[in-house]
Amino acid sequence: MTGAFPPEASVYAGQWDRLFAVLATVSALVVLLIFLLIVGFSIRYRRGSRAPRGFLPEIITNELELTWTSATAIAFLFLFWWAAVQQLHNIVPPKNAIELHVVAKQWMWKVQQPNGVREINELHAPVGRPVRLIMTSQDVIHSLFLPALRLKQDVLPGRYTYLWFTADKPGVYHLLCAELCGTEHSRMTGRLVLMTPADYARWSAAQPGAENLAADGEKLFRSFGCSGCHAPGANVHAPDLDGVFGRKVHTADDRTVTADEAYLRDSILLPQKDVVAGFKPIMPSFQGIVNDDAMVKLIAYLKSLSAGTRP
Amino acid sequence: MSDAALIYVRHRDKEESYLQHGHTLWSWLATTDHKRIGILYALSITFFFFIGGMAAGIVRIELMFPHGEFLSDDAYNRMFTLHGIIMVWFFLVPSIPTTLGNFMMPMMIGARDVAFPRLNLMSWYIFVIGACFAIFSIVAGGVDTGWTFYTPLSTMFSNGAVISAAAGVFIVGFSSIATGVNFITTVHMLRAPGMAWFRLPLFVWAIYATSLVMVLATPVLAMSLLLVMAERWLGMPIFNPANGGDPILFQHLFWFYSHPAVYIMVLPAMGVVSEVFACFARRRVFGYAMMVYAMMAIAVIGFFVWGHHMFVAGESQYANLIFSFLSFIVAVPSAIKVFNWTATLYRGQITFEAPLIYALGFLGLFTTGGLTGLFLASVPIDVHVTDTYFVVAHFHYIMVGGSVSAFFAGLHFWWPKITGRLYSEAWARFAAIVMFLGFNTTFMPQFIMGYGGMPRRYHVYPPEFQVWHVMSSVGGIVLFVAYTLPLIYLTWSLFYGKKAGANPWGATGLEWQTASPPPKDNFEALPRVKAAPYAYHPDREAPDPDKREPETMQGEMP
Amino acid sequence: MSDASPLLREPWPSLERQKVAVSFGMWVFIASEVLFFGGLFLAYTVYRHLDAEAFKAAARETEVFYGATNTAVLLTSSLTMAMAVKASEEGLRRMTLWCLGTTAALGLAFLVIKGFEYHSDLEKGLWPGPDFPLHPAATQLFWAFYWIATGIHAVHLTVGIGIVTVIAVQLKRGTLPVEATRFEGVALYWHLVDTIWIFLLPMLYLVGRA
Repeated sequence: MTGAFPPEASVYAGQWDRLFAVLATVSALVVLLIFLLIVGFSIRYRRGSRAPRGFLPEIITNELELTWTSATAIAFLFLFWWAAVQQLHNIVPPKNAIELHVVAKQWMWKVQQPNGVREINELHAPVGRPVRLIMTSQDVIHSLFLPALRLKQDVLPGRYTYLWFTADKPGVYHLLCAELCGTEHSRMTGRLVLMTPADYARWSAAQPGAENLAADGEKLFRSFGCSGCHAPGANVHAPDLDGVFGRKVHTADDRTVTADEAYLRDSILLPQKDVVAGFKPIMPSFQGIVNDDAMVKLIAYLKSLSAGTRP
Repeated sequence: MSDAALIYVRHRDKEESYLQHGHTLWSWLATTDHKRIGILYALSITFFFFIGGMAAGIVRIELMFPHGEFLSDDAYNRMFTLHGIIMVWFFLVPSIPTTLGNFMMPMMIGARDVAFPRLNLMSWYIFVIGACFAIFSIVAGGVDTGWTFYTPLSTMFSNGAVISAAAGVFIVGFSSIATGVNFITTVHMLRAPGMAWFRLPLFVWAIYATSLVMVLATPVLAMSLLLVMAERWLGMPIFNPANGGDPILFQHLFWFYSHPAVYIMVLPAMGVVSEVFACFARRRVFGYAMMVYAMMAIAVIGFFVWGHHMFVAGESQYANLIFSFLSFIVAVPSAIKVFNWTATLYRGQITFEAPLIYALGFLGLFTTGGLTGLFLASVPIDVHVTDTYFVVAHFHYIMVGGSVSAFFAGLHFWWPKITGRLYSEAWARFAAIVMFLGFNTTFMPQFIMGYGGMPRRYHVYPPEFQVWHVMSSVGGIVLFVAYTLPLIYLTWSLFYGKKAGANPWGATGLEWQTASPPPKDNFEALPRVKAAPYAYHPDREAPDPDKREPETMQGEMP
Repeated sequence: MSDASPLLREPWPSLERQKVAVSFGMWVFIASEVLFFGGLFLAYTVYRHLDAEAFKAAARETEVFYGATNTAVLLTSSLTMAMAVKASEEGLRRMTLWCLGTTAALGLAFLVIKGFEYHSDLEKGLWPGPDFPLHPAATQLFWAFYWIATGIHAVHLTVGIGIVTVIAVQLKRGTLPVEATRFEGVALYWHLVDTIWIFLLPMLYLVGRA
């Protein structure tokens, strides 16, 4: 049906459609039941009809109340449990996901593929393997909406948010902004292009502008002066960044945080926030110096230090 | 006690209703009579209903075509924002409490007025001042942030009249709080002798629960808007990420109010509907105590579910789970109420006057809207349908299909009491049915296209949704007719309607034991309450269809 | 038996009930104020948790001398307000007047001292904006709270001073008798304003100074 059910392009879209269908059926049955009761009572107990109208003994009324209260509560708890279980299965993305960076700004979507290829208002991804989107906004809150995947995630300024999926049906689908972001909110739309892995590999190799993000990041690491403090053998006492990504970091105010993308981004832009224990808060902020593009490359470089593959 | 009664008995040569007590404009603008204040509010909210309705009409006409035919992007954003702000804060939130609540509640408990009559008048003036700010913001070009004012769009990027719109809402919030304080004190302190808590009509309980929510939730809205105004006007960085501020903090503060706000909008409707079902089915409301507990449970639990508006905002999945769970729980008391209303019809002696038709419409539409709330409470489905027309349909089913239907039910039910006139039953029934049909035509297609992926707040949209939009807009035209009809026949009845007696419906509440329209002090002498409410027919025998009188009225007049 | 006294207002059946109702209504209003400031305090707490160091650095620039003096002034005014209520209950008209007047005067003193403090803060450039003298950027968040919280408190205090002054003038002129039911309600409001300040003191002045 046009516009009624969007195409199912992923393994999980089907699961959620099933939950929706069950809920819709149950709801329709409840509405039908209430409707029939109302109509039935209205006819049978209309004024002047000859149906009996004595009182109902209190024990029946109490039992009725108890019954429908418990039935409702149990039904709702069951629905919660079903939805929650599905939700919990999908929280942690698999480890071998390919990562795309998404930057939203008024009123366009900028996507960067792992090999550096850039797209505007289009997101190409392969089917059959996990894809993880690392997203941020340059201005207001936007929201990436991929109806064919039944997915949506707000994209926030000053923070990373994440979305992951494994698609299974190649095709071209809607990509929409789903959070009011100003004048051209309705026009901030694009295409989600899902391709077979072979097609995807061919497409991404053929794009101009393929880059090695991590190698570029290493150049920026030096040109911004990071290596001045963070390289081994530097005079300044600064945390060693080898293997930093994913490591548990103990901060000066006695917390333990995980060094994920958000942590790395904050350490560069708001270095006073999570100072590592045992180090003085002397790192300058690079707010206004490192923009979102440069940030993507630096983070790619820092991640590469973990994997033990210096480019 | 009889000393107290003596103070207020005035010797009159002829009966004077509250309407005749002073004919000048000043006697209305300086009144402290809760009944006149109720009418002042009724005029104000009717005015705003039509302003908000016009905005909705323009939106629906625009949406008949997928390419943005008539309005620019900015104009469209401002139009739906106008619709939302006006309808929520200048129509729905005040509607039943300040009109029917103000007028009826003191009479239903056997009081002469509310606890603080001058504060009551001040509430109305505060409302008017807030309304002036809102009108100013419209005249100044409007706001484009949506009624939700999300940051940093509202604080740093919008070039609309955000500050004056936020100021209007801020001010009107204090009107709400003052009314809430007044009503809570009234119910606690001014019940007539014999009016125990569990003899209160359900409408009074509903107003009481609503007032609790108004007093506790509205201040948080006030603070969140104040912070937005401070950031925008004084440059105070509160939600600016460049300073370490968090735009999501605004969402938490905003929704902490705005979720209980929807209960402010629906609890009074539930109260009205209980009164109407009992009277027209000639049967006490099934499970009175459970109905009371259910309303109080909704009021309390409603404070703990705000996170379900933020499932995709970047919150932790574990927080989402907790809010999802609580959102399922809060639906249970509502379900209990639906069953109890239906059971009230059982073994009744039902007649189908307009109030009952509106109440039946409420029952069906509220049930449908409430069930779709379950969809939204489950996180995976919400991730897909949030910020789509599915949500728009959900809340319109409850707020318009529910609350507005109930408002019309109460308006018709108490119209004879307020005005002393009977309206045209034939036209009223017709309007009620047209409304029900028009409403479903307008909003059912929106569920479908919402699941299909039609986002909210879009006027340029993928063309596959056009068929649903056209259906919805046609329904909107029918709704417009349905809302205009009462304006016409009710106004007509003011001049040419048959005069109503004190109790045309044969209802049991204290308000029906005084003249229609009531005297300025509500009762000639304060009643003494001798019975539980809704004693419409003796439990042991079949109610006599030829007798409209109930078995016992609630009060005993000295 | 003063039930039929001119103080009795519609719709109250007795003066005693009216008096209880005024206090009851004020308590309900106070509940709304708790939620109002609660929202603000919540935002403060969240941000302080997110960047404690910045908040400490920012709070060090507040002037404890002004804060402490103002606290003493306001607490004393609460004392005189409570005395005013007690005096009115005992029917002591002159004592009530004196206490009300002192309360209003102390409230005004608070505002004046605050004015000097604001002047000093502004001289140090502590208004959030591009030329803000402190680093890191989150210190501006603290100072935004400082201005907003103390500003709203000052608005509430000004309203309180106004009300206290009005009822004192009415009492002096004789248009309000000393047995009036409103003294306790006004006192409750005054104590609320004082209590809010007692929360603001550690939040704004004592961070990192313990």
